[in-house]
Parts: sequence; C-alpha cells; structure tokens
Amino acid sequence: MSGGVDSAVAAARAVDAGHDVVGVHLALSRMPGTLRTGSRGCCTIEDSLDARRAAELLGIPFYVWDFSERFRADVVDDFIAEYAAGRTPNPCMRCNERIKFAAVLEKALALGFDAVATGHYAHIVTDAAGNRELHRASDEAKDQSYVLGVLTTEQLAHAMFPLGTTPSKAVVRAEAAARGLTVAQKPDSHDICFIPDGDTRGWLADRIEPAEGAIVDRSGAVVGAHDGATSFTVGQRRGLNLGVPAPDGRPRFVLEVRPRTNEVVVGPREALAIRELAGRRFTWAGLDPVASGITRADPAVGAAAGPDAPDALLPFDCHVQVRAHADPVPAVARVAGGELVVEISEPLLGVAPGQTAVIYVGTRVLGQCTIDRTVSAVPVESAAL
Amino acid sequence: MIYLDHAATSPMPAAVREAYLEALQLVGNPSSIHGAGQHARAVLDDARARIAATLGVDAIELTFTGGGTEAVNLAIKGMFWALNAGASGRRILVPRTEHHAALDTVEWLATHEGAELAWLEVDELGRLRLDGLATALGDGTDVALLTMLHANNEVGTLQPVAEAAALAAAVGVPVHVDAIAAFGQVPLAPLPPGVSALSISAHKIGGPVGVGALVLRRGAEVVPLQHGGGQQRGRSGTMDAAGATAFAVAAELAHAKLAERAAHKRALRARLAAGIRSTVPQAVLRGAAGSAATEPDPVRAAELDTLALPGTLHFTVPGAEGDSLLMLLDSRGIAVSTGSACQAGVPEPSHVLLAMGLTEADARGALRVTLGPATTVDEVDALLGALPEAVERAQAAGLAAQQPRLGR
Repeated sequence: MSGGVDSAVAAARAVDAGHDVVGVHLALSRMPGTLRTGSRGCCTIEDSLDARRAAELLGIPFYVWDFSERFRADVVDDFIAEYAAGRTPNPCMRCNERIKFAAVLEKALALGFDAVATGHYAHIVTDAAGNRELHRASDEAKDQSYVLGVLTTEQLAHAMFPLGTTPSKAVVRAEAAARGLTVAQKPDSHDICFIPDGDTRGWLADRIEPAEGAIVDRSGAVVGAHDGATSFTVGQRRGLNLGVPAPDGRPRFVLEVRPRTNEVVVGPREALAIRELAGRRFTWAGLDPVASGITRADPAVGAAAGPDAPDALLPFDCHVQVRAHADPVPAVARVAGGELVVEISEPLLGVAPGQTAVIYVGTRVLGQCTIDRTVSAVPVESAAL
Repeated sequence: MIYLDHAATSPMPAAVREAYLEALQLVGNPSSIHGAGQHARAVLDDARARIAATLGVDAIELTFTGGGTEAVNLAIKGMFWALNAGASGRRILVPRTEHHAALDTVEWLATHEGAELAWLEVDELGRLRLDGLATALGDGTDVALLTMLHANNEVGTLQPVAEAAALAAAVGVPVHVDAIAAFGQVPLAPLPPGVSALSISAHKIGGPVGVGALVLRRGAEVVPLQHGGGQQRGRSGTMDAAGATAFAVAAELAHAKLAERAAHKRALRARLAAGIRSTVPQAVLRGAAGSAATEPDPVRAAELDTLALPGTLHFTVPGAEGDSLLMLLDSRGIAVSTGSACQAGVPEPSHVLLAMGLTEADARGALRVTLGPATTVDEVDALLGALPEAVERAQAAGLAAQQPRLGR
C-alpha cells in the first residue's frame, strides 16, 4: 500500500473478496525525505501514514517492509548504469520485476502468504485449464499492463490486480470516498519516485561523471560538441547546440547515444523511425506463444525447448508497445537466433535501446523484451544527413 | 491477545484506572487561587510527594512533564543551556546505546547549539565501560554533562549508574539518568549523590500516556523548553492533577510489590530463556539476561542476572528479520517487539546491538520480549509454542528477500 488511492481500494476489494489481507508499505529509501515530498507521488512519511490509515479503516494489519537496499541496488543503481550505458530504462518495470513481484513476493510466500495484490490497472484472466493470462485493464486510459509485461508465469501465478476490471479511475475514487478512505482525492503519482523534482537529467548529471565529446551525423561527420553523452536521450531535439547546420536546414534529433565512444548521433526526424527492434532478454507472460496456439516452433531450427525460451518461433501477428503511454502498433514477431525480433508494420518513432517492448495479442500481454538493437526505417544513404 | 511488550507500554491496572477516573472529576486548575484550584493543587502535590517518596527525593525536586521524552529533553537541553550560561564546557558525554529521546536531543544540540559529543562505549552486555567514561571525563573542565540510561530499553541491561555518577561527581560533572525503562522495575532510591536529574514516565508502569516527570535535585538548574505561566520548576503549562494521581498510584503499586513482581518476572524469563534455548537453538540470547541464561557457572549466572531488568529478554535469530518474526507472532495473537526505534516505520538495525558489537545482519534479527506483572506461565508457553515455526518462516523470508530468485 503506497498511500495512494489505487492500492487502498485494491486492498479493500481483496478484503471484500474474502481474502486474509495484510497491508504492506514498502520503505524504498532509508531517508524518506530524499524521495519525493508532498502529495505528488509516493514514498514520503505522509504516504506511509496515509497507507496506515487506509489499512486501519479496512481493519487489516499493516506493516512497513524495508526494501531500501534491494531497491537501491536493483532499481536506482540499475537506472544509473543503464543510462551510463546509453540505454533508456523504465525503473517502474524494474521495480515490478525485481522488487514487488520478486523480493516482496518471495518474502511473502515464505511468510505464508499466497499472493501479492497491487493497485495496478491490469487484468488477470484464468482459462479453463487454469492458465493465467495478463490482459489490459478495462480502462484503457489507465491501463498499466505495459509495466507488468516483465512478469513471468510464476510471478503472475501469485499476482492479484483487483482494479483491473474497473471501468475508470473515477469509479475507484468514488469507491474510495464511499468507503471513507481519506486518500480518495489524492493526486495521481507521476514520473520516477526516486527523482523528487522530476528532473531526470539533472539527477543523472549528479551521478554520472560527464565527459565532453562529439556530436556526429550518421556519416560520422562532427557537427557539434556535448558535455556528456549520457545526458542525451534518443528522440531529443532541444539542447543540442549544433555548430554545423543541417544541409537542408531542418531540425535534427538525437538518433543514438554511444557511451563507448562518447558520441551522440543526430539526424533528421524521419531517421528516428525504426522498422525493426530486437532483444535477447525476453520473457513470456503466462503460456508461451506455442502453447497458446499463436505460432509454431520453426521446424527448420527444431522443436521449442520448453516454456522459457523456444529456440525459434515462426512469425506471428501482434501489436508492440514501447513505452508506458505509447499506442500499440501492428507488428510481426518471431524468435530467431536467440532474439525476439519484432518487425513493425509502420515506421515507429522514439525507440531507444534499454526500453522494453511489450508484445500484445489483442488485449493479452504475451511477453516482452528489453530492446538491444533497432533497425532504422530510413537507410543512411537515402536519408538526408 | 498475549501481550509481551510491556516495555513499550504497560496496561493500566484497575486501581490506577479508578483513581484516574475519580481525579478526572476534579474541578479547578491547580494554579487557580480559589478553593477548587487549591483542592486540585493539593491532589497534584500529594501525587508529587507520593512519586517523590518512591525515589527518596523531596517533592519540590519532582517536575511533572508531558511524558518521558519531554523529561529527557528538558534535562539535557535545560542543563546544557543552564550550564553554558556560565563558563563551563560544551562537551556532552553520552553512551552509544541511549534511547532516541537522548540521542536525538544531544545530536540536535551538537548541530544547533555547538555541543560537542563524546560517545561512550559499552561492553558486549550493553553495559557502559567505566574506564572509557573516566577517560572522557578527564578533569571535567570541558564537560557540560553526562546523560545515561539506568537500564537499556532494548536489551534490559542495567547500567553502572552509581559508579558513573561517582566518577562524574569527583570532577564536578552533573549527570542526567534516563530511568524510564528502570523505574518501577528495580529500586532506584536513594539516588546516587552525583545524579542531578532523572527522567521517569507513567505509562511504562501502568500509568497514563502523556505523563512523565523529571527529578531535578535542589542544586540543579535547567533553562525551560517552553515558556508560559511558570507553574512548575523548569516547566510552564497547566498541571495535570488527574494524570499525576494515576501516575502516583501506579508508582506506589509498582514499588509496593517491587521484589515480588521482579521475582515473578525473573522466574518466567528463566523459563522463556530455557525454552528458547531448547526449541530455537540457533537464537542468540543477548544482554545481561541473555548471558545469565547461557552462563554455565551458577554464581556468575546469578551475578549477571542482577545486571538485568527482571522482565526483559532479548534475542537475535540469524538470517531472520525481527520484523518478520514480529508479524508472524502477531498473526498468532502474540505481541512482541523488535526493540529498536522506527524512523517513519522504517526498520533500522538497532544502534544498541551495533554498539554491543553485533553485525548489521545479526542486528536485523532482533526480538524483544518484555514481561509484565500479570504475565502468566501459559502466555510464555504460548510464545514458546509459536516461536519455532515463526523462526523457520522468517528465516526463509529473510533469504528470499535478500536473494530473490524470481525476476532474475
């Protein structure tokens, strides 16, 4: 229970459903004051008191669990390391993957609990055979299935999302008010909880030693200089301060960050578009695509090697979503050469390595991969440099 | 519910409650001049005298406060400011194992008022090292005061207060004793001559929450924390005659049966310690009481037992988090504590255990059981019955939380 309205109502519904519920607030920083203050987000002392009050009103025991060390190692340090490596991570996914549905869940299971319930807007559907599938929430505007796309079958087996079939957030707020929960009108949290003022660039600049380097175009020609490659993100336009204008005078965007050579690659907007993405680190949420009857193992390579990582899967139609609030786009996915490869039907903008691509079939989350590489929709020679 | 957390707060006995309710009927502010006020004042001063008697001090030497924390703050800040109005030094001597009421107060004085802190070490029982104190005192010229617990609130180890006060008195350093955990558990009277101030609290002995007192010997001076009507020596604020009365009844009850209650709790604690040693052998009993329970030499064991509060048993379980143990026992209707303070509910490894030489990992597995005058053999046995399963689960949870397998 974060202290927000969603987890409070989720807890209330779990209680109503007859479960034996214990409220847990995660302490994710040793010094709560260093996390965001005020009502914007989570993790302040006030939030912990709000969560406690909600638990009191629901008549359930409430405890604070200290996961500050794990959170620092698995989420905060990982976030810094990923940026330092030129990738763009999603710390909320990391937290779900490594903290909420891993360290917290395993601790809970060991203590004798059966599941972790959260206030995420996502929906678990159990089929006739008892297999669990993760689906988008009924309220597509609030849908958070993307940040849960990293959950594996085993994690899903012990997850509960009581808000998943709620028509809208307004319904949740009204329900909270009707239940007398004082957090009914608490503002939604945004951004990254461990960056108090929302200034991710500034926060990273304090933690990653910047080194001056070159801004180059796709031909390798130096067109400017920067104070530190890791402070740039793919798709960024502002703050480039390029000395050499583009031949066609049009604005240029960051296409790639190369931490190894400390280079920032820029180019025209259309060069941002990609037609393919791929990643070696992929998981399936629930039954894999073969067991789900969505595709078959590639007979040229051999049979699927169990539920975790089939060697090769024939192409299948799906949708891919690359950010929490991006629109899903039609795509064809396959597994080949140990990678999940996703060919996108129309050029897609704003995709950076380190982001997570979540694969949907209809409303179902089929799986995800961390993007290692992308293929531009516009070949270098044909693009205006 | 089986309540084994008496060091946090102790339930109010019927006699205290009745006296409290009766005193709540009083009309009149003890500071008012009319008859009603004078009557309330008489009730209040009567309570003051009765509590003072349990400590062997004069009534004028006892100032009521709004609880133990206020008493500690008033003593430390008030004495520091009073002494520094003259030309005395700015060092405060403080053992590492103090309660947060004292720790946070001296740290505040260091940050805001220029105090210098001299941290004093404890031994593996959690007992102040007198040699270190003597060194820190020196000739006393630069020392403002010494503040120390009478009994450690986490592990229950009694402190060498008389010896420490004698050392301090020899070099003219005033001493504040935080006796909140000890008052009503072990005899405190007569106070050693070197003790200038001593803090106590009502709710630890079955009195009301929000009522405490500071004993301030006649020669001692404090600068007040709060300013107003000047109702008491060192403290402004309307006096609480009903709270004082309830405190007095609780204090008299505790002292009338001090030896009897102590013997009862020592016997139950011995049973608990023996039970833990046989059912949860991996647990490590801590503090003077823990050492007494594991000491093979009966003479030495008896000696160690006299260095412990009668009702406290503290132990650590390797690989488990005290929080998990607490939660699991709570789910079985048994209320115990991890013993350490929470900052906004965030469990921190105990500074007391760290000062006693434990590693951070060992300190995380702490559990404190504190028995009360009404605790029964059945209650102790219920805890012993629930403990092995709780330990097993908490150890598994500790491993899972430290090295999760999922999501890797």
